Amino acid sequence: MNNIGIVTAREYLTRVRKKSFILMTLLTPLLIASFYGIIIWVSIGQSATSENQTIAVVDHSGVFINQLENPDNLTFIYTDYFTPENLLESDSVDAIIGISKDFTIDQPLRLTYKSMSSLSVNNTGKIEGAFGEVIRDKKLTKLGIQQLSIDSLRSAVTISQFKVEKDGSSTSSNLGINTALGMALALMIYFFIFLYGVQVMKGVIEEKTNRIVELIISTVKPFQLMMGKVLGIALVGLTQLTIWVVLTALLLGIIGLVVGLSVNEIQDLKTLSNNPTLANVDVDQLQFVSDFLALPLGKIISIFLYYFIGGYLFYGALFAAIGSAVDSETDTQQFMLPITLPLVFSIAISFSVVMGDPNGTLATWMSIIPLTSPVSMMVRLPFGPPTWQILLSMGTLLLSILGAIWLAGKIYRTGILMYGKKVGYKELGKWLFYKN
Amino acid sequence: MSILQIQGVSKHYANHTALNKVSFDVPRGTIFGLLGPNGAGKTSLIRIINQITAPDEGQILFDNEVLNKTHIKRIGYLPEERGLYKKMSVYDQLIYFAKLRGMKTEEAKVTINKWLKKFEASTWKNKKIEELSKGMQQKIQFIVTVMHRPDFIILDEPFSGFDPKNTQLIKDEIEQLKYNGASIMLSTHRMENVEAICDEVVLINKAKVVTKGSVMNVRKSLKDNTYSITYTGNLRTNSLEGITVKKQDQKDGNTTLVFTYQDKPNLNIFDKPELHISEYREVIPSMQEVFLTLTDSTNE
Repeated sequence: MNNIGIVTAREYLTRVRKKSFILMTLLTPLLIASFYGIIIWVSIGQSATSENQTIAVVDHSGVFINQLENPDNLTFIYTDYFTPENLLESDSVDAIIGISKDFTIDQPLRLTYKSMSSLSVNNTGKIEGAFGEVIRDKKLTKLGIQQLSIDSLRSAVTISQFKVEKDGSSTSSNLGINTALGMALALMIYFFIFLYGVQVMKGVIEEKTNRIVELIISTVKPFQLMMGKVLGIALVGLTQLTIWVVLTALLLGIIGLVVGLSVNEIQDLKTLSNNPTLANVDVDQLQFVSDFLALPLGKIISIFLYYFIGGYLFYGALFAAIGSAVDSETDTQQFMLPITLPLVFSIAISFSVVMGDPNGTLATWMSIIPLTSPVSMMVRLPFGPPTWQILLSMGTLLLSILGAIWLAGKIYRTGILMYGKKVGYKELGKWLFYKN
Repeated sequence: MSILQIQGVSKHYANHTALNKVSFDVPRGTIFGLLGPNGAGKTSLIRIINQITAPDEGQILFDNEVLNKTHIKRIGYLPEERGLYKKMSVYDQLIYFAKLRGMKTEEAKVTINKWLKKFEASTWKNKKIEELSKGMQQKIQFIVTVMHRPDFIILDEPFSGFDPKNTQLIKDEIEQLKYNGASIMLSTHRMENVEAICDEVVLINKAKVVTKGSVMNVRKSLKDNTYSITYTGNLRTNSLEGITVKKQDQKDGNTTLVFTYQDKPNLNIFDKPELHISEYREVIPSMQEVFLTLTDSTNE
């Protein structure tokens, strides 16, 4: 094994054997899965357990009698007289709604609701909606509009997007999915660069303050030591990512099975609509899933991996250079800023401007400039940016990685042997031109 | 026959000169003392020998060849500031350094176990470095230095942090390494150790070689006609002619007089019936005195 290999192996093995790594790696998918599970459980539980409620409407004005449409899970019954005492004795009625005798449709409506349990936000909306509809219809009728016309006024609007390709074919494009996927990928890269970049820096500082470098540098070239560290930590990140993806998918699959959704069912929309276990699933949700599967996922994943590793290598090299230039972590601040600023900037602008206009000028430039491209390109990727831009961006990143590693190598080999000296940018600049 | 020949080596940094045309030879199979006050340039020289940095001028011959990368694995280095990975186990750490020095894993395992046993350290094998006492850590560091059987070993302050028992252990190990044919360069500030184990020394001060040679020759070179005499009996020192008394001590009825002759040594002046002389010798400066005299800046 050559020296870079030996160093890489050490960096990798010592890190993946750490208890904190094992815990983080196993717990995160568990957290994601249980979070997802709780959401499903709550929503299923709610629809299964929330019983039909019967509400006695005591309408002294007579406006609403036999006019209200029953929303989901709510049934209105009409009565002239129902007191709270009656409510206590009754098994069939859950609440009383009172309307005063003076009410006319031209006044604001004030309902009184009496019940042994308090009103949920959902049901409040449903009740207000039902009463509002009646008042609106009555007002429209009063203006001389036919009931038929009133019904036709209600129309549902949804947008189904299609992206037209150069070859004339069109694929379904879902704004929500694209946005969510872009954000998720960008955030993953952002956190990976930060978490693991800082680990590179800390590792370098550890070797420097422990004076291990003194010993190692006599057998390994500084460049080999730096590259071994950067690569070893990259492997740790990839290991963690792989375990996360596999475990999360596995756990979500198990949850899906428990709930009654199988992957095949999701993929085959036709059977879905006939599947009784999915009777409650919204058609919109199914569209969502099918839109997701319609994305060029293979391409997105491979490009994601390129930027995931590339972005890390670019920033990781710079973090290594910082670590070598300082004596302790507290001295890193002044050098950290120029590195963290573009990253924070890229995530902030990506989530606002780039997302708002994924193929605009700013978005295009940000996804090509290597300081911001790993994050910005991820946001754009699900929206299908032109291929030449992706290739240009990938090429630029590759060249920048080589440049960053060269630059970091120069700073590193001087920095790791320099103790007890506060270094500024001017000094760092000089190091670039030192010979041995 | 020299294992190492330093020839006119200079190293300049932005604001100061670390080494100024330094030349000396390290004879093969000896323990060689590299001496000098803090900041004299010792670390710079060691870094150049280790090929961590390159000299601005001059060259170094290792085993009669110009120093190059192939020599790295033949050199063992114990840095003054000890460095080990605190969170790594003793065994993993030793394996790591062995591999970096080109040892095969199997060979490394055997050697490491042998050394751990020798230092009664086998039970700490799986302990992390941070769990060990300072002395134990030093032993591990020593193993890291010598396990790949280097021909040339640089030890920078090898005794710091050791109690007397372990200091003796390390001294014996160093003697053993020499006996087995290795050449050792020892950098230390403890002059009593230099006298005890070094064959030859070089003294560097302010980037320049001040003196070099065998320990005895270096000491003798600073002789200044000083003698010491121990006797019983009454003697009025001011009755003695031709000497200048530097020090007078009385202990258990014995008087020790340290003095210099103003002219040639002349024992006859002590030839008095009331005196019983038990010792008379020439005083040769200790390495400590040599060091202090030669590095004293007021002497320039």
